Amino acid sequence: MTPENLLNIAILITLLPLLSFLINIFFGKKLGKVSSYIGTTIMGIDLILAVTVFVSKVFNTWSEYLVQNADKSLTYLASDAMVQLKYNWFSFGRLNVQVGIGIDNLAAIMLVVVTLISFLVHLFSTEYMAGDKRFPRFYAYLGIFTFSMLGIVIANNFLFMYSFWELVGLSSYLLIGFWYEKDSASNAAKKAFLTNRIGDLGFFSGIMILFFTYGTFMYDEIFGKMATGLIPFDSGTMLTVAGILVFMGAVGKSAQFPLHVWLPDAMEGPTPVSALIHAATMVAAGVYLVAKVFPMLTADALLVVAYTGAITAFIAATIALTQNDFKKVLAYSTVSQLGYMIMSIGVGSYMTGFFHLLTHAWFKAALFLGSGSVIHQMHHSAHHFHDHHTDPQDIRNMGGLRKTMPWTYATFLFATMAISGVPLTSGFLSKDGILAGTMAFGNLTGHWLIPIIGFSAAAMTAFYMFRLTIVSFHGDFKTKIAEHTSENKFVIVFPLVLLVVLSLWFWYSPNPFDANAGWFAHKLAAPKTAVPANLQWDFLLTEEQKTAYAEKTSKAAEAKANIKEALPATAEGTELHKEAVAPEANQGAKEAAATESKAVGELGHQENDLAKASEHKAEEVKTEAHTTETAAVKEEHKTGEAAVAAHGATTHEAGNAHAEAGTHGGGHYVNKFAEEMHHFHVPAMILSLIIAGCGIGFSFLMYQFKLFNPDALANSLRPLYNLSYNKWYFDEIYQATIIAFTVGFGKVLAIFDNKVIDGIVNLTGWFTKLVGHITAIFDNVVIDGLVNLLAKVTSLFGAMIRKVQTGRVQSYVAFVIIAIIMLVYFLK
Amino acid sequence: MSFNFPILSWITFLPIIGMIAILLIPTGKDENAKKRSHLIFRWTTVATTFIQLILAVIIYMNYNPAMKGITDVNTFQFVEKFTWIKAAFPMVGEIKIEYFLGLDGMSVPMVLLTAIVVFVASFTSFGISKQVKGYFMMYLLLDTGMMGVFGALDFFLFYVFWEVMLLPMYFLIGIWGGPRKEYAAIKFFIYTLLGSVFMLLVMIGLYFTFGTFNLIEMTNATKIIQGSIFSGLDTNWRYIGFIALFIGFAIKVPAFPFHTWLPDAHVEAPTAISVILAGVLLKMGAYGMLRIAFPIFPDSVGYFQYLIALIGTISIVYGALCALGQHKVGKRDFKKMIAYSSVSHMGYVLLGMASMRPEGISGAIFQMFNHGTITAMLFMIVGVIYDRSHTRGLDEFGGLANKMPIYTGVMAIAFFAAIGLPGMSGFISEAFIFLGSFQTFPVLTIISGLGIVLGAAYMLWALQRVFFGKENEKWAGPWDPTHTKYKTDDINGLELTALVPLAIIIIYLGINPGPMIDIMSASVNHFVDYMQPFVKIGGSLLGGM
Repeated sequence: MTPENLLNIAILITLLPLLSFLINIFFGKKLGKVSSYIGTTIMGIDLILAVTVFVSKVFNTWSEYLVQNADKSLTYLASDAMVQLKYNWFSFGRLNVQVGIGIDNLAAIMLVVVTLISFLVHLFSTEYMAGDKRFPRFYAYLGIFTFSMLGIVIANNFLFMYSFWELVGLSSYLLIGFWYEKDSASNAAKKAFLTNRIGDLGFFSGIMILFFTYGTFMYDEIFGKMATGLIPFDSGTMLTVAGILVFMGAVGKSAQFPLHVWLPDAMEGPTPVSALIHAATMVAAGVYLVAKVFPMLTADALLVVAYTGAITAFIAATIALTQNDFKKVLAYSTVSQLGYMIMSIGVGSYMTGFFHLLTHAWFKAALFLGSGSVIHQMHHSAHHFHDHHTDPQDIRNMGGLRKTMPWTYATFLFATMAISGVPLTSGFLSKDGILAGTMAFGNLTGHWLIPIIGFSAAAMTAFYMFRLTIVSFHGDFKTKIAEHTSENKFVIVFPLVLLVVLSLWFWYSPNPFDANAGWFAHKLAAPKTAVPANLQWDFLLTEEQKTAYAEKTSKAAEAKANIKEALPATAEGTELHKEAVAPEANQGAKEAAATESKAVGELGHQENDLAKASEHKAEEVKTEAHTTETAAVKEEHKTGEAAVAAHGATTHEAGNAHAEAGTHGGGHYVNKFAEEMHHFHVPAMILSLIIAGCGIGFSFLMYQFKLFNPDALANSLRPLYNLSYNKWYFDEIYQATIIAFTVGFGKVLAIFDNKVIDGIVNLTGWFTKLVGHITAIFDNVVIDGLVNLLAKVTSLFGAMIRKVQTGRVQSYVAFVIIAIIMLVYFLK
Repeated sequence: MSFNFPILSWITFLPIIGMIAILLIPTGKDENAKKRSHLIFRWTTVATTFIQLILAVIIYMNYNPAMKGITDVNTFQFVEKFTWIKAAFPMVGEIKIEYFLGLDGMSVPMVLLTAIVVFVASFTSFGISKQVKGYFMMYLLLDTGMMGVFGALDFFLFYVFWEVMLLPMYFLIGIWGGPRKEYAAIKFFIYTLLGSVFMLLVMIGLYFTFGTFNLIEMTNATKIIQGSIFSGLDTNWRYIGFIALFIGFAIKVPAFPFHTWLPDAHVEAPTAISVILAGVLLKMGAYGMLRIAFPIFPDSVGYFQYLIALIGTISIVYGALCALGQHKVGKRDFKKMIAYSSVSHMGYVLLGMASMRPEGISGAIFQMFNHGTITAMLFMIVGVIYDRSHTRGLDEFGGLANKMPIYTGVMAIAFFAAIGLPGMSGFISEAFIFLGSFQTFPVLTIISGLGIVLGAAYMLWALQRVFFGKENEKWAGPWDPTHTKYKTDDINGLELTALVPLAIIIIYLGINPGPMIDIMSASVNHFVDYMQPFVKIGGSLLGGM
C-alpha cells in the first residue's frame, strides 16, 4: 500500500463515524430503530478498514518517502516509524500553521482497539438501549465520540490532538449526561467536563511552551529540534515543566490522581458508554498521549509521571475494595489500572504500559459489558416485580447469577482472571511486564516505593475483582429479582465472548509467560528519547547516545574555552572603539547643552544620534566576533547531531534485534533499563503469581467459603474502612476547598462589581447631579440674585427719584431757582 | 484596486435610504392597516440589511488580501476620498476635513460582521410592537453609524459616525427597553459620551500636531509639526493623549473597570439591540484601539504594553468570575451572565492585541468577529425563551431540553462555541491569542487560562439549570395555549432563520479559518512590523512579568 492510500483510509476511518453522527442527529426521529443498524454497519466497515491499516502498517516495512504537492501545502512523509501527511491549515503570513495525521504502530493498534470496541458497543446497545426514548440520539453521540477518539489516535501534532481531545470531552459530556432528567447524571457530566478542563488547561499551557520554543505543533519536528539541543527557555527545568504540563492533560482524561474524581461519577451514563469511553478508549487516551510524547519527557518529568500513576493505582485500588455498586467497583478498578499504565510509562517501560492499555481495553470492556448484561437483566426483572426501590446495580442484591446467566458468568470470570493476572491470559503478560519494569526502575534509581505500590495494587485488584465476581455470581440468589434474571440475547453475549477470546495470551506472544517473545514487543520498541542526555535517566539512553553526548560535551567545553579566550580580545576591541567614539559624543552633548539656540540644539541632537550609532556599531563588532565563534561551535554541534541521527537509525534495528535476542536470554540490549528489566522478569513473575494467588485466595476464603466475616473485619478496621468506603473523602475535600472558594469568590466579585465598581459609577453620577443642584442653587441665588439685586437697586433708585417727580409746577420752579442760585454761587 | 463603484458609501448610507423609505410610509390607522404597515417596515429593514450584506460579501470577495493597509495610504482598498469641509479660521488657519473611506485587513472582517449581525438581528426585531416605525428608523440609523465607524479613515469623520451611532442606541434602549430602561440608557449614553469627550480632546490635539485629521498620515512620525503638543516620542503629553484615547475606547470594549454599563444596558435592551450591542458595538472599542490609538501612539503602547495586557487578563478572569457569581447572587439573570461573559471574552481581545505578535493580533481580530457571531447567538437564544415566558431567570426553567429539542440543539452549538470548543471558530481565535500572548506575557497568559475553565463552569452551570433536569411545572403546559403566536413549543422558523446562519458561520470558520485569517494576515503583519521598534515582543519567561 502506498503511504497516500494508507493515510486516505485512515482519514476515511475517522470520518465515517462522523457520518453516522450526522445521519442520526438530523434524521434520527424518522429513522427510529434503523439508526442503530446504520451506526453498527458503519462501525463494522470502519473496523474492517482499521484492521487493513493495522496489518499493512505494522507488518510491513516502510521505506523513506517524501512527496509534496505543487504549492507545498501538502506533504506526504513515510518512514518505518511513521507514515504521515502534513497540511498547511492556514497561515498568519509568515507563520504556517501545519496540521496533519500520522500512523505509527501505536496509532495503528489504537485504531483497531477503538473501532472494535466501538463496533461491539454499537452492537451491544441495539439491545441494551432498545426502548429508550432518545435511542437515535444515543447512536449519534456514539458516532461523534468515535470520530473524536479516532481523531486523537491519528493526530500527528499537538493542535489536532488538543482539538480532538476537547471534542472527546464534549462527547463524553453528552453521553454521561444522556439521561439528563436525572440531576445526578447532569451533575456527573458537568463534573467530568470541568475536571477535564483543568487538566486541559495544563495541557494547553504545555503546548504553548512547545509552540513558543519550536514554532510548530508537529511531534516529529518538535522532537527533532529537541534532539539537537534546543529546549524551552534554554532551561532543563522548563523542559521538565513542559512535559509535566502536557502530562496534566493525561491526568485529566485518564482520571489520574488528583483529577480522578470524575470517572466514578461518570458511571451515571448508560453502561455501554462506560465500556466504550470510561474503560477502553477515552480514558486510555491519556496513556496514549503519554506514550506519544514519551521522547520529550525528562527524567524528572518521568518520575512525576511514575509517581502519579503509582499513587493513583494505589488509592483507587483501596477504594474499590469496599464499594458495593457493581459499576463503581469497575470504575475504581479502571482508575487503578490506568494508574498502572501511566506508572509503567513513567518508569520507562514504554512497551508494557501500552501493552497493558491494549489488553486492559479488551478485558475491561468485557467486564463492563458483562456488568451491562447483568444490570440489563436486573432492571428488567425489577421492572417485572414493579420494584423501584431495590438498586439493580448493588451487588448485595444479586448473588447466584451464575445459574441464570451462564455465558455472562463465564466471560466475566475469565475477564476477572485476566485483570487479576492469572497465567494464560493477556493480563498476566502485560501486568508481569509492568511489575518487572517497576522493579528494574527501583533497582536502578532506588525508588523502591513504586514496585511496592505496584505489587500491593496487584494484590488488591485480584481481591476486589474476585469479591465482585463471587458476591454477584456465586452463592444463592439474594433477592427474587436476581432469581428472575435470564441470559441475554446474542447481540449482548457475542461481544463478551469475542472480547474474552481476545484476552487470551496467544494473540500477543506464543510464550504465555513472556511477552517479549511476541510481535507486540517487537513492533513497539520504546522510541529514542529526544531529551538532551544530561536531563534523561542514564539507563534510558543507548550507548550511542551516551558516547555522542560525551563527545558533544567535551567539544562544547573546548569551544567554550575558545570563546573565553577570544572574549577579552573582543571586549578590548569594543572598549577601544567606545573610547574613540565617546569624546565625540560627549562633545556633541556638551555643545548641545551649552548653546541655547534651537538650531544648534538640533545639531547637538543629531550629533548625539551619531554618537549612539557609533556605539551601536561597536556593539555590532562585538557580536560579530561572537557569531564567528558560535558559528564554529554550531558546526561542531551539527556534526554531533549527524552522529546522533545516524545512530538513531541503527537503534531501531538494535531494538528489534534485542526483542529477538531477549527471548533467548541475554545478548545485546538497547539500554541499561532493558537489560535490568530482563533480569527482573522471572522474579517479578513469581512474585506477582504469589501475590495474585494470595488476593484471589483471600477473596475466596472470605466470600465463597466465608471463613472470615467481612463485616467483622470492616469493624475492626473501621477508620480505614470508612476512608476507603468514602473514597478518601476527595469529593468532600474538593467541594469544601476549590469549588467553594471559586464559587464564593465569584459571588463576592459579583457583589463587588455591583456595589463597588458600579457604585463608583453611580456615585460619580450622583455627585455630578449634586454639583448640578448646587450650581442650580448658586445660579438661582447668587448669579440670578446679582441680577435681581441690580434690578432692585435700579428700581430703588427709580423709586427714590420718582419722589422728586411730583408733577407740581411750583416745586419745579423752586428747584429751578435753587439751581440757578447754586450755579451763580459755584461759577462766580 | 480599481473599483469604480463607491461601494463603501453605499454600504454605509444604504440604511439611511431605508430609513427615509420607512419615514415616508405612513402607519396605518385601523388595526389591519397598522399590521400591514408594520409588516412593510420590517421587510424594508430586512431588505435593506440584506442588500447591505450582499455588498459586504462583494467587498469581501473583491478584497485583495495581499495589500497591507494600516499605515500605507496607497494600499487601502475601496477608497473614497474628497474634501468635505474646508474653512479658514483666524488663528487656527485652514481646517480641512476629508470624507475619506477605505478598508484594510482589519476593517474588512468588521464590515462583514456588522452586515451579518445587523441582518440577522432584523429578524429578531420582528417581535417589537411598540412604535414600530420609530424603532426601525432608529435601527437603520444605528446601522449607518456602525458601518461608518469601520470605514472611516479620517478622524473627524470617524468621530461623527461614532456619535451618530450613539444617539439611536440611546433611544433604542430608552424607549424599547425593559423596566429600568431609562437608567440603563442614560448610563450607556453618558458613559460613552465621556469616552467621546476624551477622544475629541485628543483629536483636536492631534490636529494641531499633524495639521490633518487623516488617520493614516497621523501614523507618519515625519509629519509631526515641531513643538506641537504630541511632538517627540515618549513625552508625558503623548502618554496622556494615549491614555485618554485608550479609556475612550476601553469604555466601549468594555474593559475592566469601565464595564459596568454593559450588564445594565444588556439586561434592559430589547433582544435585537442586545445582539447588536454585543455583536458589533463592543468591537468598535477594540477596533478603535487598533486603528487609532495604537498606530498613532506606538511609543506609548510600548510604555503601557504590560498594563494593557494586565487589563485584558483582569477582564478575562474577573468577567468570568462575575458571570459565575451571577448564579448565586441577585436575580441570576441569563442576560447578565452573558454580559459578563462578554467582558471576559473581550478581555482575550485586549490580551491578544497587547501581545504584538501576528498570531495574537490576528487572533484578537478573529476573536472580535467570533465573539460577534457567538454572542449574537447567545442573546437571541435568551430572547427566544424570554419572548415565550417573559422571564430570564436562570432558576425559573429546567428540563427545556425535552420541551424544545431543536432549540436545545441550536443552543448547544452556541454554548459550546462560547466555551471555546474545537471545531467552532471561538477555539481558533482563543488558542491563537494565547499562543501569541504567551510569547510576550507568559505569566499573564497562564493566569488568563483560568478563564477557559471558569468559562466552561458558568456556561455548563447555566446549561444544566435551564435545559437539563426535571421540567419546571410552571411551564408544563404549552407556552402559548391558544397557539396563535407560537404554533409549537419548539423554536419557530423565523428564529431559526436568524440563528442557523450564525451557527453555520461559527462551525465553518472553526473548521476552516483560512478565509478569515488570510484576509487580515498581510495587514496584521505590517502592523506588527510597524509597531515592532516600540514594543516588546517575545522574551524570556520571567521577562514578561
